[in-house]
Amino acid sequence: MNPFSMPVEASAHAGDIDALFFFITDVALALFLLITVVSLAFLWLYRRKGKATFTSPISHNNRLEITWTIIPTILVFVVFFWGFRSYLDMQVIETDAMEIKVTGKKWFWAFDYPNGVNSVNELVVPEGKPLKFLISSEDVIHSFYIPAFRTKMDAVPNRYTVVGTRPTKQGTFDIFCAEYCGKSHSEMIGKVRVVSTTEYNKWLEESESGGNISPAEFGAKLYVSKACATCHSVDGSANTGPTWKGIYGTKHKLADGREVLVDENYLRESMLDPNAKVVAGYQPVMPTYQGILKDKQIDALIAYIKSLK
Amino acid sequence: MTTTQALGQVVSELQEERNYLNYPKGIWSWLTTVDHKRIGLMYLFSVLFFFFVGGVFALLLRFELIAPGKNIVGPDTYNQLFTLHGAIMVFLFIIPGIPAALGNFVLPIMLGAKDVAFPRLNLLSFYVYIFGASFCLYSLVTGGVDTGWTFYTPYSVETNTNVISMTLGVFILGFSSIFTGMNFIVTIHRLRAPGMTWFNMPLFLWGIYSTSLIQVLATPVLAITLVLLILERVWGIGIFDPAMGGDPVLYQHFFWFYSHPAVYIMILPGMAIISELIATFSHKKIFGYTPIAFSSVAIALVSFIVWGHHMFTSGQSDLASMIFSFLTFLVGIPSGIKIFNWVATMYRGSLTFQAPMLYTHAFLALFTIGGLTGIFLGALSVDIHLHDTYFVVAHFHYVMMGGTTMAFLGGLHYWWPKMFGKMYNETWATVAAALIFIGFNVTFFPQFIMGAQGMPRRYYTYIDQYQSMHALSTYGTWILGVGFIIMAGYLTMSLINGKKAPKNPWLGLTLEWTTASPPPTENFLGNPRQLWGPYDYDKVLMDENGFVTFNPNAPKDDHHSNGSNGQAHKHEGKTATMKQTV
Repeated sequence: MNPFSMPVEASAHAGDIDALFFFITDVALALFLLITVVSLAFLWLYRRKGKATFTSPISHNNRLEITWTIIPTILVFVVFFWGFRSYLDMQVIETDAMEIKVTGKKWFWAFDYPNGVNSVNELVVPEGKPLKFLISSEDVIHSFYIPAFRTKMDAVPNRYTVVGTRPTKQGTFDIFCAEYCGKSHSEMIGKVRVVSTTEYNKWLEESESGGNISPAEFGAKLYVSKACATCHSVDGSANTGPTWKGIYGTKHKLADGREVLVDENYLRESMLDPNAKVVAGYQPVMPTYQGILKDKQIDALIAYIKSLK
Repeated sequence: MTTTQALGQVVSELQEERNYLNYPKGIWSWLTTVDHKRIGLMYLFSVLFFFFVGGVFALLLRFELIAPGKNIVGPDTYNQLFTLHGAIMVFLFIIPGIPAALGNFVLPIMLGAKDVAFPRLNLLSFYVYIFGASFCLYSLVTGGVDTGWTFYTPYSVETNTNVISMTLGVFILGFSSIFTGMNFIVTIHRLRAPGMTWFNMPLFLWGIYSTSLIQVLATPVLAITLVLLILERVWGIGIFDPAMGGDPVLYQHFFWFYSHPAVYIMILPGMAIISELIATFSHKKIFGYTPIAFSSVAIALVSFIVWGHHMFTSGQSDLASMIFSFLTFLVGIPSGIKIFNWVATMYRGSLTFQAPMLYTHAFLALFTIGGLTGIFLGALSVDIHLHDTYFVVAHFHYVMMGGTTMAFLGGLHYWWPKMFGKMYNETWATVAAALIFIGFNVTFFPQFIMGAQGMPRRYYTYIDQYQSMHALSTYGTWILGVGFIIMAGYLTMSLINGKKAPKNPWLGLTLEWTTASPPPTENFLGNPRQLWGPYDYDKVLMDENGFVTFNPNAPKDDHHSNGSNGQAHKHEGKTATMKQTV
């Protein structure tokens, strides 16, 4: 991280925002230096030597005061107009934009693509294609933030917020949640991968079916890409949710005192209706994966859990 | 010596030694006092206690952030730490810090009054503060709160932590704030000493007056908002619940409608103190009295219509965002004017560098940075990137801690001799001020950098690229901690065996320096008059013991200059060697 630069510019409007950022930095630096140098000079020149005496009766100077009112006023108006104009550029959604539905949940990001494909915490977009993010939340307020795109918009329950962008640089960049949303707020981190159009189409195909790998291997991929890893470990350690290691075929004690056998049906139910049977000692905080996981993907995850001995 | 003479001597000796601290005696006389000075001190020790508690939380949460992942506490505890740090510092330290603690002590004396206009209301406001604070402490010890100090819905409705007792505490604290504000407004209107006109009034009073206006007008909105939040939690009335047709963003509008003006409840008193300190320690007439006075009022008024700049990413309309951005820039201009005026005040002064002046300069440097970084956040498109990152955290700490807290510390050192009749050790005070200044910058400057790099706030853990800046920031808090420990040490020593303070240790000209240190119960022996302007350093010289010399060569006042009235003119010219005890 270079402390004297901004993050990499990966969207069409990032350059203009950075230009304004550095313009303000220059003006602020100049003003700060002016104030500091004059202050230090006065401190030295007018330090008291000997006893206190009567001092100058100067109490005002109209010309000076008008100057130091007008110049900052002009400067802030320049900054205001520049900031407003580049803000409007970001708000305008291009007519051929591809619409991606972004949903914030405690604590991951879900993305729905136009052709029905969805992904979790991994946003894959083609370079150069105008995008329209239609953002919402299923629980509390989150904020969809991609520093490399200089884009941020709150995800509010029962409401859509919209933001547009156009990725201009291939690479992998961070997605953060910028509005505090509880325990794992700081782990509500995703990645945006900006790729070429061919790679994008290939990814769409693979994420649907897993391509030609075994169900357990596909499940292992989904474990990461659908953000199961945020709350469930596979090494036996406790997290927000129970570990997956060796649970298949065992019995779970539930919060309401019942016992349940961990089988295919229980695992499926726990993905689609997670709060129906909550394991004792854990909070009912898991969001539903209804609509996010396709049957084939659920099968793959179950196969993966079975493989964890 | 006749009996009457002897009696007279005894009485005057008694009067000499009797002051508000030692008479009347007993703990009960303190708890039931209506003396603004005693109430001020009780406030002072309360806010210092909460500053300590909030500071310990800050050290803990910064320590947790020294490296990614778990270092000392888990995510739940961390979320409570930053919430409690914010809530305590805002509601229990900064808001009451200058007006209720220092203001209560000094405002009536500065006015030449015996007390505030409503002394019993003043005592009530203190007990309401303690009552509200105990609710906050209750929620702290019974499991804490994890919503952030802003209590955003719907999270604050869903979380199972003690939101109700904390918001109830803040609700009650609001009344304390309103009572103090009302009291000060009436006091300034009605109880100025003869000779003190509005434009002949120390600028501290203008600042406190503006603050009081906001306290009285804005605090009720916070109260309503918090009541709605409590009702939402208890009965699910649905006003902020989208499932029932409510709107969580409405909460943000309500909250910031109070809390943005509250930012100026916090900073205006700081500016008020700096106006006094810069004039006294430059020993020079304040530059631009009228602009400084009016800019306080202007800031207070405009502060009511900028709240939407906290919500540029909330999905509010573009038109609203544009208007709020524009108004936000407007509020910056009067702040800039103040800074230029303070710097210009030093021109051709006679500067000394005791601790209050050191804090004044810390304020000037840090508040300037805080103000200038506000320009980044006011600019719409840049704010979209910086919103809710560490850039914002750094910005408001430069304003709240670098600004208000530095001014508070300056004021505390400035009026300390007047409060306790004791001097503190100037050498140690210099060391502490230097450490606090350095520690502050090491703590918060790196936060600007990581904020610009995209580091979001309120993160328990973070990705590796931010680690060096986080570590640096944590080291800074240790320097700050050492500075404050030294300060606690020499201030305590000053109370135990400090040198006796003279009437007027800093050669100031405002009325509090014409009475004894510490002052008698009703502030002055007799009824004070304001005989010269608060900043007439070109005409009047008052020494440590309150002896006054007038300048025989003082130029005639032109009608623009402030701070002088007819009374002082009478002495001009012919009183070159005249000395007068005040």
